[in-house]
Amino acid sequence: MGELKLMKGNEAIAEAAIRDGVDAYFGYPITPQSEVIEYLMMEKPEERTGMVVLQAESELAAINMVYGAAAAGKKVFTSSSSPGISLYQEGISYIAGAELPCVIANIVRGGPGLGTIQPSQADYFQTVKGGGHGDYRLFTLAPSSVQEMADFIELGFEIAYKYRNPVMILSDGMIGQMMEKVELKDQKPRLTEEEIKKLHGTWATVGKPETRERNIITSLDLDSSKMELHNHHLQAKYRKMEENEVLFETFNTDDAEYLIVAYGSSARIAQKSLALAREKGIKVGLFRPITLYPFPAKALETLAPQLKGILSVEMSAGQMIEDIKLATKCTVNVEHFGRYGGIIHSPEEVLVALEQKIIGG
Amino acid sequence: MDIKDIVKEENLVYKKTSLMTDKVLSYCPGCGHGTAHRAIMEVLDELGAQEETIGVAPVGCSVLAYEFMNIDMIQAAHGRAPAVATGVKRCYPDKYVFTYQGDGDLAAIGTAETIHACNRGENFAIIFINNGIYGMTGGQMAPTTLKGMKTSTSPYGRDLGSMGNPLKITELVAQLPGTYFVTRQAVHTPAAVRKTKKAIRKAFELQKENKGLTFIEIVSNCNSGWKMAPVKSNQWMVENMFPFYPMGDIKVDGVILDKK
Repeated sequence: MGELKLMKGNEAIAEAAIRDGVDAYFGYPITPQSEVIEYLMMEKPEERTGMVVLQAESELAAINMVYGAAAAGKKVFTSSSSPGISLYQEGISYIAGAELPCVIANIVRGGPGLGTIQPSQADYFQTVKGGGHGDYRLFTLAPSSVQEMADFIELGFEIAYKYRNPVMILSDGMIGQMMEKVELKDQKPRLTEEEIKKLHGTWATVGKPETRERNIITSLDLDSSKMELHNHHLQAKYRKMEENEVLFETFNTDDAEYLIVAYGSSARIAQKSLALAREKGIKVGLFRPITLYPFPAKALETLAPQLKGILSVEMSAGQMIEDIKLATKCTVNVEHFGRYGGIIHSPEEVLVALEQKIIGG
Repeated sequence: MDIKDIVKEENLVYKKTSLMTDKVLSYCPGCGHGTAHRAIMEVLDELGAQEETIGVAPVGCSVLAYEFMNIDMIQAAHGRAPAVATGVKRCYPDKYVFTYQGDGDLAAIGTAETIHACNRGENFAIIFINNGIYGMTGGQMAPTTLKGMKTSTSPYGRDLGSMGNPLKITELVAQLPGTYFVTRQAVHTPAAVRKTKKAIRKAFELQKENKGLTFIEIVSNCNSGWKMAPVKSNQWMVENMFPFYPMGDIKVDGVILDKK
């Protein structure tokens, strides 16, 4: 068993990054996630593992530092919150186009614009439907606990390197700020430069020896026929992710007539709503997507025939609900409930919405 | 006499460095970019640094610099090359890292990245090609476009009142404590190329000594964008660009030179 600590989500993700042997973190402060870089600066990871931590002059610079270090084969992590993640989008598009592995955490706050510093889940569209320009996909993990904030660093990098693709940890201000018990894994060593050359020397810009062609990291090809082929390659990769990497969990779905679908913080809240509903004899289950892209569409489709209605609970005006409707092919009534703009719904509010919009509807 | 009698090892006076690829340059005939590329690659060749170097290409005419430079290279988003180079160099402090950027990339959209990389004293070289125009997109006004200079977005000449002043970013970065060597050169004559190569070599040597940021501006022509024949464009550059962007070292060993 690893070391047990009481930590904030933002601290846990930072500590997990050090322990996972991450080479570098580049970031820019923004509420509600500044504890990530504050924790890293306090911990002096350059002394613990040799990990580089740098406060950039802007989010634009931070994501491009990530691009540079990842291009050179280094394991890089960054974090920000909604308005900052909007500034990351250009870089994320280049990272996806150039097929660079990295892990990015978005500790989401309410928007649009400067919005508010309170938790929100309104960046779902931005994360899973694009955000930046071009046809690309961000592999997206949605933690619902401080433990998962830590665990998804390791899982995120596994996926990032397996597919050479950026991975987003889509969290929110509630999980980032709350404290919970977290079990931390033992320290992994960082890769040496020789190990990086061995593992990533076929593509990473680690310095060209005479024995191989030069490695070039670019998302550009002025020959559109080649760019189309590159896009085909990306799409084939995304189909593989959809085939192999879907994660979700279910609660009380065996006999469920109704279903709540919720991720992250909303899934935690919905677990309490589920208990309240079951006490009242309502046969409701909970479906929690852990990967938002790839979305667990097949699993939802399989559940659909037994259901009389689905409530999508999100701290947004209703974004994931579109993916639920696509997954269930409109065979079941799907409604949305959620508070947003920085307000967190209560378990009781969710139960009322379930009774009014789904059961009574 | 047969050509084979002439092409012999002992008659060799010049050889293209193997650090330039055989790819035909995509630059307009007469443009200074190719010469600037070659100057950098010859220096890296002389230093035996091919395996120890990671270059960063910008957006602009030299967006495809990686097609011609036979080293590992990263193509950066517009203006972000100094941030990309920071990411690389912080992770590989022992490698040679440089960015190659034009005036739009470095002094307009990437001003923040340029200033902050210089101010942090990032230990890499910035090679800045200043031709006072956006060549790649077809000759629009650049931050370094001279007063009265005609471009496609200043068709009646740059009006300082409404379009702002040409930016002497090189003098500006020289003021920052993080820059160690700041110089302005050109590549329009063999003598100028030799001076430029010397400056580039010095920059890479200083990088090996962890001295901080080295900044080499190369004032160059854009015969296509300026709508001039190559020779005329170089004359125009000497007569118009050089008085505003004077040649020579601006900061040496971390000290700004007194040019009274």
